Amino acid sequence: MSFLPGIFNYLVVVFLMMAGFYVVIAQGNLVKKLVGLGLFQTSVFILYITMGNLAGGQAPIVAEGLTLYSSPLPHVLILTAIVVGVATTAVGLALVVRIHEAYGSVEEDEIHAEDLADDKAMSDADSADKARDGE
Amino acid sequence: MSLWDHLPVLVVIVPLLAGPLCVLVERPLAAWGVALVAAWLSFAAAIVLAMQVADTGTISYELGGWAPPWGIEYRIDTLGSYVLLIVTAIPALVLVAAKESVVSEVPEPLIARFYGAFMLAFAGLAGIVATGDAFNVFVFLEISSLSSYALISMGKDRRALTSAFEYLVMGTIGATFILIGIGFLYMMTGTLNMQDLAARLPAVSDTRTVRAGFAFLTVGIGLKLAMFPLHLWLPNAYAYAPSAVTAFLAATATKVAVYALLRFLFGVFGFEFALLEMPFDDILMILGLAGILTASLVAVFQEDIKRMLAYSSVAQIGYMVLGISLASTTGVIATTLHLFNHALMKGALFLALGAVMYRIGGVSLRDFAGLGRRMPWTMAAIVIGGLSLIGVPPTAGFITKWYLVLGTVEQGLWPVAVLVLIGSLLALLYVWKLVEAAYFEPVPKGAATVREAPWSMLLPIWLLVGANIYFGIHTEVTVGLATQAANELMGLQP
Repeated sequence: MSFLPGIFNYLVVVFLMMAGFYVVIAQGNLVKKLVGLGLFQTSVFILYITMGNLAGGQAPIVAEGLTLYSSPLPHVLILTAIVVGVATTAVGLALVVRIHEAYGSVEEDEIHAEDLADDKAMSDADSADKARDGE
Repeated sequence: MSLWDHLPVLVVIVPLLAGPLCVLVERPLAAWGVALVAAWLSFAAAIVLAMQVADTGTISYELGGWAPPWGIEYRIDTLGSYVLLIVTAIPALVLVAAKESVVSEVPEPLIARFYGAFMLAFAGLAGIVATGDAFNVFVFLEISSLSSYALISMGKDRRALTSAFEYLVMGTIGATFILIGIGFLYMMTGTLNMQDLAARLPAVSDTRTVRAGFAFLTVGIGLKLAMFPLHLWLPNAYAYAPSAVTAFLAATATKVAVYALLRFLFGVFGFEFALLEMPFDDILMILGLAGILTASLVAVFQEDIKRMLAYSSVAQIGYMVLGISLASTTGVIATTLHLFNHALMKGALFLALGAVMYRIGGVSLRDFAGLGRRMPWTMAAIVIGGLSLIGVPPTAGFITKWYLVLGTVEQGLWPVAVLVLIGSLLALLYVWKLVEAAYFEPVPKGAATVREAPWSMLLPIWLLVGANIYFGIHTEVTVGLATQAANELMGLQP
């Protein structure tokens, strides 16, 4: 580990996090958004694992002559966070499937255009109603 | 240990187990029965807990018998017991009304799963309140959020799907921010127990890591809280979700986020660090006021009443944030009171909208024309709920506005008090729009005759409306509890 500065892992975390965040914001495709979200979440896993690690630390197993070991708690926490991440991706993808069924598209701008068309159709029907009431 | 000692965990476990059970029994009516029984059991446990806490003070429960700070601790203090009451009472009441409204709004094969997700969301929210462990907060937050994305997506309109997706993206970013914040705190202190964190943080509070952790946590909770300007997911999610879900989430989810904010600001960081050392009080005050004014103003121009009340929720959250920003005991009392009272009024209002949806089939402004004569009881409930929203005595809403104005005047912030009153006037405007349509417009020609909502809906609506009036007149219980909770939070001995 000596050839790497101590903050290398944190730089990776920041890069992954910002890359994921950028994808979430910039991409119009809902599946790609989820990919970005996954990247964003994964970066936090590395953050936790890194903070639990010690230079020269062993796996936290009870054994003869083992004195220096990494903190096991962050690993356990991250196991939980991974499960949460998988569940989020699953729910997100399920929603994308349903959105595709309902709109026939997974592109944000196309979905938005369809919604606007719906709104317009509804307000047209409204004004037609009002015109009939006026007669 | 007797059963009574396990109450802090039972409040969470009962709905958590009821969730999968609802899916297993499959038949809609049976699933509804399981959910209803579990919700009322949980509510009963919360009532007993509140009495225990009032008697003996803070209850600490060691999960699995592991002593804190190694094991997970459930910790119920006055504030926790107070919020638990409202978090368990609302779903118990909503479920009574849900039977009819869910059948009409959710496709039949999905109903058992609907109740399953509903109970999981309930368990998650109750868990956030009960736990005394920072990482546990994140886990429960994700349990409740993931199930509420599913619940919202079950709305009839296809836009429910896109708004659930939008909420999923925003909610996940918020939850991840909270996770990063908790990670930073753990990095500096080596503990996740909130009591332990509070004891160890002052020694390291001068480091950039803790400050960054504080920033991540507050922004993350702010997203969950729908604090202006992080509220963009809320209006769509509330407008397109099934009525029962809107009533449930509007009355509990954001309240629990306010609770989490109070818990982290006062219970973990301590208010000297959070509000005085960091310039967070000014930030909160500006955001709170901006939220109150802009969201109320937007609400006035909404045609869809569900969306109008959703924007009004954003404004009401602004009042709670404003109360925190005052950094005084009176301010915190106002926030805790408003947390409770707003749940009562929004619960009643959204349930009443559910009844309108059930009978009329829509909740846009023109559906309300002449509704005062067609559904007199439902409409009367909406009017009283609306009065409480504005803050007219003798409703519960008045009490919170009173304490909020008192808190601002105490610190000589007259302009803020005036802005709060302007916010109330805006609320008057949008409630009036509804009253005008319901009582002063004729019933549209050729409209089908509509009966009053069924009693299973009217009963919970009027119980909540009754609570609005009761807690507006008999203020000893709520104000007493809120005062004690505020004193505990501010570190004063009662």
